[in-house]
Amino acid sequence: MTGSLSDEMVPMLARGVRLRGDQHRDATMLLAPERALKLDPVAEAIIREIDGERSFAELVDRLEAVFDAPRDRIERDVRDFLLDMAGRGMMELS
Amino acid sequence: MNPGPPMALLAELTHRCPLACPYCSNPVDLVRRSAELPTEAWVSVLREAAEIGVLHVHFSGGEPASRRDLEALVAVAAEAGLYTNLITSGVGLTEVRIQALAERGLDHLQLSVQAPEPALADRISGYRDALAQKRAVAAWTNRAGMALTVNAVMHRANLGLLPQTIDMAVELGAQRLEVAHVQYHGWALRNRGALLPTRAQADAARAIVDEARSRLSGILQTDYVPPDHFAQFPKPCMGGWGQVGMTITPEGKVLPCHAAETIPHLTFEAVGSRPLGEIWADSAAFNAYRGTDWMSETCRACPRREIDFGGCRCQALAHAGDAAATDPACERSPMNAEFRQRVAAEPQSAFVYRRFSTG
Repeated sequence: MTGSLSDEMVPMLARGVRLRGDQHRDATMLLAPERALKLDPVAEAIIREIDGERSFAELVDRLEAVFDAPRDRIERDVRDFLLDMAGRGMMELS
Repeated sequence: MNPGPPMALLAELTHRCPLACPYCSNPVDLVRRSAELPTEAWVSVLREAAEIGVLHVHFSGGEPASRRDLEALVAVAAEAGLYTNLITSGVGLTEVRIQALAERGLDHLQLSVQAPEPALADRISGYRDALAQKRAVAAWTNRAGMALTVNAVMHRANLGLLPQTIDMAVELGAQRLEVAHVQYHGWALRNRGALLPTRAQADAARAIVDEARSRLSGILQTDYVPPDHFAQFPKPCMGGWGQVGMTITPEGKVLPCHAAETIPHLTFEAVGSRPLGEIWADSAAFNAYRGTDWMSETCRACPRREIDFGGCRCQALAHAGDAAATDPACERSPMNAEFRQRVAAEPQSAFVYRRFSTG
């Protein structure tokens, strides 16, 4: 189910995927089997709000308070990011 | 030159393995148990690896579960912050051991499957009833809440069952599947005549994987390693020599690639002889093919020089007689036509099983 994302869906990092600070690369890395992604600040902020309980709409609410940007822009960025991560098998959307 | 920190460490804990797969990329001269690094040496290596910036450690072999200290080493690696992956045949694991590995922080288990059908699985692995054990290991891994990848090494004898192999990965509850054509090093090179797929098999495999990817989107993530014998360009071997990762052999040699020992003029330093970070950054073996200065004119002038890094050094040596030559699998290699002819003319042979020599 990587095609769509509704407001009430709850994203969660897939099994075996976790965040880690990395002093050598001066970045936060997302580690997964055979993969390591260097996160930009926006991606990191989104992932840090994901707790396996909050819905997509709730994530957008919380990120609206963090980022100085119009809500529809935030919603679009978060949606694109979550769908991309789901497509790579790193995020579960249920 | 400054390579930046390594991303990954392949820790070949042992060459002992209950299976005898002819496609194994371990060297033909296997390291015996008496020559294996002791626990304390691996503990130091793992801590050092984390300190110099390694993110992923892959416990491999041989069969890493043949080492009784596997659980202890996973614990040390996890404590040091490393992402821990166990590359296993599943033979030698029990539910108790898998639970213990999960509790000690194992992030991910990669389970090999030789074939989705018992008789063929036994014939390829040279081991009886391996498939039943693999089903159990997958169930225990899922029950422990760990991430599971199925790794299927494909060749002439099992490519006909690729669709069933994909179905089996789903059935086993894997989140990921690696469909990887054989890498012809070590035992696999010796078995090339038994393993090389036909062009038709290779083309069919690509189509089957593409279909499965779209059908199983969100259920199973499939990575595909194509056979380079039919490719236009070579594999980006190791993501660049000395760029991404290193291998440590059971006896403690530090290699830029797990097959690098086939290049006879290189000498490899041992863990403990000097800090791992120095071996990574300064040793002659790691600097031999790092960057682009060593490349042939063909590679240096190529816009893909930092995409596939000239391909595989070991294959260049084996076929062109020069480890610094362009990989003969590349269409731009002057050896390419001869390489393809040689592959096409390879006589079919029977399996030579991977075993310790008795001499």
